[in-house]
Amino acid sequence: MKFSIKPIHSALIISAALFSASANAAVTVEDAWVRATVEGQQATGAFMKLTSDTDGKLVKAKSDISKSVEIHEMAMQDDIMKMRQIPNLDLPKGEVVELKPGSYHIMFIDLHNQVKENDEIALQLVVENNDGSKETIDIKAPAKPLAKPAKGSMNDKPMQMKKHGQ
Amino acid sequence: MNQKRRLVLTGLGVLPLMLVGCGKEKPLVVHGKDLTGANFGRDFNLQGPNGKHYTVNDFKGKVLMIFFGFTQCPDVCPTALARAVEIKELLGKDADKLQVVFITIDPERDTPEMLEAYTGAFDPSFLGLYGTLDETQTVAKEFKIYYKKVPTGSSYTMDHSALSYVFDTNGKLRISLPHAQSAEDCVEDIRQLLL
Repeated sequence: MKFSIKPIHSALIISAALFSASANAAVTVEDAWVRATVEGQQATGAFMKLTSDTDGKLVKAKSDISKSVEIHEMAMQDDIMKMRQIPNLDLPKGEVVELKPGSYHIMFIDLHNQVKENDEIALQLVVENNDGSKETIDIKAPAKPLAKPAKGSMNDKPMQMKKHGQ
Repeated sequence: MNQKRRLVLTGLGVLPLMLVGCGKEKPLVVHGKDLTGANFGRDFNLQGPNGKHYTVNDFKGKVLMIFFGFTQCPDVCPTALARAVEIKELLGKDADKLQVVFITIDPERDTPEMLEAYTGAFDPSFLGLYGTLDETQTVAKEFKIYYKKVPTGSSYTMDHSALSYVFDTNGKLRISLPHAQSAEDCVEDIRQLLL
């Protein structure tokens, strides 16, 4: 009996998940910004605050501004800075996960063009919910001065965003 | 200066004046790490964007703060240089007594032009220095700076020491400032070298 029900059960879960991803799950993106570059500089980073209303994880970031986009973690060990790509970033339900200098960032490698101050950088974030469903969030992050201090600005405003299931 | 030393110097007549700055510096009480009397970080010989060679001697008379990094770094390096900007602001009228130097540990990618544009984006007075791969290695060794290429995707990033070193106005290495130290605490440390 149990075995015969299982396929139907799974199908129900999948459709429920799809429904839930498009209708309920939401990730709020705030204070997103990209560090501007000087001419010739081939890499830079994006920073933001992410809050998911379900347990999820950031699994991918995409953008047309560079050849590759990676999720990075920065760690300081005995005054040595180490920067590493991580496969995903946990977004626990209701928790603000900050991508900021000294912790995580989205890394743009092999930039096609210089990122100039006030450029609006289009970026897609792919979030996987704990039921396995994925959603893509489109954001636009302004480029802020290369010399922006690590301390956040009080003038940072929540991001405008739209999301769609995937 | 202890009593015995003072007596010896007085006995030598004109010599005391010449010895100021050459004698043993007093240890410092700082937020960072006191490197007074360190047997490393004595000098460097690197090129500026204008092709001129610089050594510690060229900055005597000013407090010199150096940081080792690379311009492709999105996090630690701009944060350290932004802190240097804050430090200069906090120094107020003494700001021009501090020279900030950024030394690249990635000379293969950091061209002189890029270094100049990069340091200039923080403060036009900041100076970016570079050397050949061998020269870079020599300087890093002298300053106990760790750096290593780490592949990522089709490119690479650099692991590197994230300290700022501070020299006194006589060109002696005196303080290391850890990355997390606030600009305010850095200024308190630097001011001790401006007394």
